[in-house]
Amino acid sequence: MVRDLAFGDSEVRSKAIGALVTSADPAVVSLLQAMIEGEVQTAGDRQVLIVRDDKAVDAATGQAVDPLPETREDVVVNNRMRRELATAIASFKLSSPDRAVRLAAARELQNNADEDALPAIAAALAKESDPEIKGLLTLTHASVQLGSTDRATRLAAVRALAQSDTGATKTLLLGVLAKKDGKFVETDDEIRVEAERSLSAVEGRLLKGDIAARVFSGISLGTILLLAALGLAITYGLMGVINMAHGELIMVGAYATYVVQNLFRQYLPGAFDWYLLFAIPMAFLVSGLVGVVLERTVIRHLYGRPLETLLATWGLSLILIQAMRTIFGAQNVQVENPVWMSGGVEIMTNVVLPWSRIIIVAFAGGVLLLVWGLLTRTRLGLFVRAVTQNRQMASALGVRTPKIDMLAFGLGSGIAGLAGCALSQIGNVGPDLGQSYIVDSFMVVVLGGVGQLAGTVYAALGLGIANKFLEAWQGAVLAKIAVLVFIIIFIQKRPQGLFALKGRQVEA
Amino acid sequence: MQRRNFIRTTLAASLAAAALGIGLPAQAQNTIKVGILHSLSGTMAISETALKDMALMTIEEINAKGGVMGKKLEAVVVDPASNWPLFAEKARQLKTQDKVDVIFGCWTSVSRKSVLPVIEELNGLLFYPVQYEGEELSKNVFYTGAAPNQQAIPAVEYLMSKEGGGAKRWVLLGTDYVYPRTTNKILRAFLKSKGVDEKDIDEKYTPFGHSDYQTIVADIKKFAAGGKTAVVSTINGDSNVPFYKELGNQGLKATDVPVVAFSVGEEELRGVDTKPLVGHLAAWNYFMSIKNPVNDAWKKKWADYAKKNKLPGADKPITNDPMEATYVGMWMWKQAVEKAKSTDTDKVVAAMAGQTFPSPNGFTMKMDNTNHHLWKPVYIGEIQSNGQFKVVWKDPKGLVQAKPWSPFIAGNEGKKDAPEKK
Amino acid sequence: MSVQKSLTPTFVPGALPHGTGALPRLWSGKAWAFLGAAALVLLVVVPVCNLLVPKDSVFHVSDYTVTLIGKIMCYAIVALAMDLIWGYTGILSLGHGLFFALGGYAMGMYLMRSIGRDGVYKSDLPDFMVFLDWKTYPWYWSFTDNFWYCALLVVLVPGVLAFVFGFFAFRSRIKGVYFSIITQALTYAFMLLFFRNDTGFGGNNGFTDFKRILGFPIAAPETRVAMFMVTGAALLGFLCLGRAIVQSKLGRVLTAIRDAETRVMFSGYNPVYFKLFIWTLSAVICGVAGALYVPQVGIINPSEMSPANSIEIAIWTAVGGRGTLIGPVIGAAAVNLGKSWFTQALPEYWLFALGLLFILVTLYLPRGIAGLWIKKRS
Repeated sequence: MVRDLAFGDSEVRSKAIGALVTSADPAVVSLLQAMIEGEVQTAGDRQVLIVRDDKAVDAATGQAVDPLPETREDVVVNNRMRRELATAIASFKLSSPDRAVRLAAARELQNNADEDALPAIAAALAKESDPEIKGLLTLTHASVQLGSTDRATRLAAVRALAQSDTGATKTLLLGVLAKKDGKFVETDDEIRVEAERSLSAVEGRLLKGDIAARVFSGISLGTILLLAALGLAITYGLMGVINMAHGELIMVGAYATYVVQNLFRQYLPGAFDWYLLFAIPMAFLVSGLVGVVLERTVIRHLYGRPLETLLATWGLSLILIQAMRTIFGAQNVQVENPVWMSGGVEIMTNVVLPWSRIIIVAFAGGVLLLVWGLLTRTRLGLFVRAVTQNRQMASALGVRTPKIDMLAFGLGSGIAGLAGCALSQIGNVGPDLGQSYIVDSFMVVVLGGVGQLAGTVYAALGLGIANKFLEAWQGAVLAKIAVLVFIIIFIQKRPQGLFALKGRQVEA
Repeated sequence: MQRRNFIRTTLAASLAAAALGIGLPAQAQNTIKVGILHSLSGTMAISETALKDMALMTIEEINAKGGVMGKKLEAVVVDPASNWPLFAEKARQLKTQDKVDVIFGCWTSVSRKSVLPVIEELNGLLFYPVQYEGEELSKNVFYTGAAPNQQAIPAVEYLMSKEGGGAKRWVLLGTDYVYPRTTNKILRAFLKSKGVDEKDIDEKYTPFGHSDYQTIVADIKKFAAGGKTAVVSTINGDSNVPFYKELGNQGLKATDVPVVAFSVGEEELRGVDTKPLVGHLAAWNYFMSIKNPVNDAWKKKWADYAKKNKLPGADKPITNDPMEATYVGMWMWKQAVEKAKSTDTDKVVAAMAGQTFPSPNGFTMKMDNTNHHLWKPVYIGEIQSNGQFKVVWKDPKGLVQAKPWSPFIAGNEGKKDAPEKK
Repeated sequence: MSVQKSLTPTFVPGALPHGTGALPRLWSGKAWAFLGAAALVLLVVVPVCNLLVPKDSVFHVSDYTVTLIGKIMCYAIVALAMDLIWGYTGILSLGHGLFFALGGYAMGMYLMRSIGRDGVYKSDLPDFMVFLDWKTYPWYWSFTDNFWYCALLVVLVPGVLAFVFGFFAFRSRIKGVYFSIITQALTYAFMLLFFRNDTGFGGNNGFTDFKRILGFPIAAPETRVAMFMVTGAALLGFLCLGRAIVQSKLGRVLTAIRDAETRVMFSGYNPVYFKLFIWTLSAVICGVAGALYVPQVGIINPSEMSPANSIEIAIWTAVGGRGTLIGPVIGAAAVNLGKSWFTQALPEYWLFALGLLFILVTLYLPRGIAGLWIKKRS
């Protein structure tokens, strides 16, 4: 049997899996698991080995094999095998004493169950006491039974499916209601009526899930925009520097994260999962430092000439991009998500909120709070605001404006670095990273109103959500165009953005 | 006094411009010049830089083996900076100023289309190493990448088979430009010919540089609820990383909805944590993981070259399909020149027909007698957790002839399988 | 070299050296002589040296040079247009690439139509439409087979767009950085729109593979030289036009708007219409440059509309010298020749050089290259 599994073609293997499942031998699970993990190898044309960490166990006998045979071949597992293996393992695990294992197995079966799994499900259902798992299994059971020839079974199945919230159920129910050659496939009227009732219940739930998912993706996009724009809100909004190199400061932050990740991998592999905690301050410091250097060498000569800062910082951005290309290569580099940021939380069967995005939303909130606190609750913040409002007056009152400029610019750059750190978790890290965010960031800041943190927040979230709803309706490109056109028109109406500084200045 | 300066400056500027044009007198021909036209900056640098390095390595290798007809090859590297009009300008410069005999270059279709009129006008020779949409056949170009029938169609056939998961519904997802559009057009016609219903095909396009795939992935999920679904991805370049990350995070596994990609190779996966992607597929004519002596030797050569020249990423040298196409193309060109005993374009073009070369992909590749495309093997590989691909299927037909004029596009019926005489 | 540290820009580019009083005449005698010489070089010497002088002669001007200079002259026209709006009126547009591209697309439509049935699919429609399964031309392609209609579009499309956009923007008194940013949004939105294949302008590939213009084969040396001469004449013409504007009373109002818009308003002028005029004119000039550019380089696609391209236009103007007419021409030539040379000689480092150039120019040469001469003279 084991040999069939390893040497046979797909049909033979498939049968072997079926046979192994019915044998109910606990050793089978570990063999199937090993196969999914790609740890099964063959040696010669008879021996099947499970190889882990350079140690081999004969799969048929369970004996350790030492030394390892020289020539071994991997057993290639394709998606079809993987699915069958997963289903087989899941039906084993339904009888596990551990609730979490059973729940995972029930989930796994939900999408892939077929007639073969029916006895296992029925048996598990009889024993199961946990309501959640029981619910899942009932649904799975019902969806398989929908194809039953017995009318009562079908009717019960259709009724049971009303509790479901998956799209697959909708398809199944639609199948019940389908017509073929002008006649209903399902001849029984009562079943059809029940099916329609169940269908509308399922669709209602699906719609709710759909809206929830869109709102979340809008918020997620919004917070990303917010992170990207927050630093700019300081350097541009408060200081009046049109920093075209802002995107590149984000990129520097992302590369800083990459370097920290590599250092952890090399020197602290045990703590690898926590590299991000260290990368966050590093990204802030590195980008902030780069920002301070830029401010000292170039930008300070250009205060009050915003259009010229635009040109000079554009030059800076070109240099930074090419510098990264020279140091790290033109290719994207790999930034790995820590385990706690992979995967997602399933709030409904169809709506998975990825952890990485949830964490970034929270992170953005934290950064926002810090910046707000810094600007309104500290002495530095007071000075920054003073210099923003009236530079000469602040200077006359003894504020060392050059130093404040430097620190504020460093702060804005550092926040850009934080954005880069966050972005590295969901997108590319490459020399061009910043270019794709620069236009968006400016739009957010201008829409929100220059010099207004609150405006930036509203603008970012508003644009994010609007963008996502439009995208669902008209596609990604038109959504983006619509948003840009909206910004252009909006600025006509309120040239100072959502939240303008109130004042009686004639000229800005 | 503005006007004097005005005069002087403009005069100086126009003189400088004129001086540029006069150029240097032709040098004695001890070398054969080879133009390399790949973007080293701008958005395409991510893909094209490696091809430039591969071309340089091949030149070094050919020179080490005695050059071509006793002459050394001399590389002329220019940077068209991902700017399409600049591609045309640089091609003209390579051909008329630097007098190169052949150009290796381009990645995107639009860059090729930009260069094409120049190459045809000057009767130059271009080797184009990337898989592309077909629908083009120029006497002056050799296409060493795959045509759609050497990549896309076999991949879809595989996914339809029981082994590949028996997909019934299809999401054709791409970046909105000509390669995905054409490929999807061909695939749509192909799927229809296989009896797939219109409502079971969903064609979607995203703009260049799109990085937020939340909505798309959610839509795929929804679509997949309607039956066994496979995704055919022609997403380009940078967008792949966010797409795959989103797939992984939203829990769409390859066993449920496999994604087969035509633009994702070893190089693109370099920036991705591939653990959540295991089982997703790619179709190519070469994979780095293919085991054969030629490939082993080639990979070693590349690793050594990368280390010697301190190329970025030399610690983890990667080879991929377009690099292989560049390598094979250059060797075939060398053989053709030696056969023609001349670098003259027309003679080399004639000599290219039927050239063969043992490729790292395990086959002796062959240039078609008429249609300027290579006969290629087709492999389908699954992404592994180490960023490599494991071949799960290869076309039983062995080498497949390219069909640049796809039979699935209306209007191609009467097309000849050879460049038109102009 | 001391660096300006004050908060307001103190230098006044383009201030008229003639003091007050009567408006000066268009050009001085020497300038006329120079213009004549330039016309001679562009319209006679280069064409002759390209077409008639044998290839191996030192005096031969290669095709490559002709196309390169032709391209640079188109850029120079754009830079000149930018200078009128930025250098003289103080409005920085980050969307001039859009007007350039729109002019180019209008011309491209004609060129696509005149391919006729010589495309890959032997259809009356351009290849990209065949491939989208379109059966007829969409409405906005009507009449584009007529050269003069397209020539009209070259002027009208950028002109009308600029007029409408400018009218609302200036009326709302959007200025300075805000204006720059929304022009950037505008060109970005158009770029995304044109990238879509469904928009009907060939998507990412744009228009290529032109065959003929006005019946002449487009790749023939004579056609190329003819286009070169037209471009040269256009450049000189726009130089004269620009000069006429800045020397006129209108020009003085524009400069005044740049230096103190509020005071202009208080003096009883309404700046909106002055700004609108020069803004629209500038867009039209860009459109013409685009139309001249496309047949010479043989391709137009949406990347011309990318925000980065528009910023680069501003850079040419800044490098050459704002507020002088010859400055932008020099700037466009210098940056683009530099680019051509660097991408050949030091391909990996040209971005460093370009970036450094921008920084140095803004820091130490606020009046650009042209400013060097002015400084030396004074």
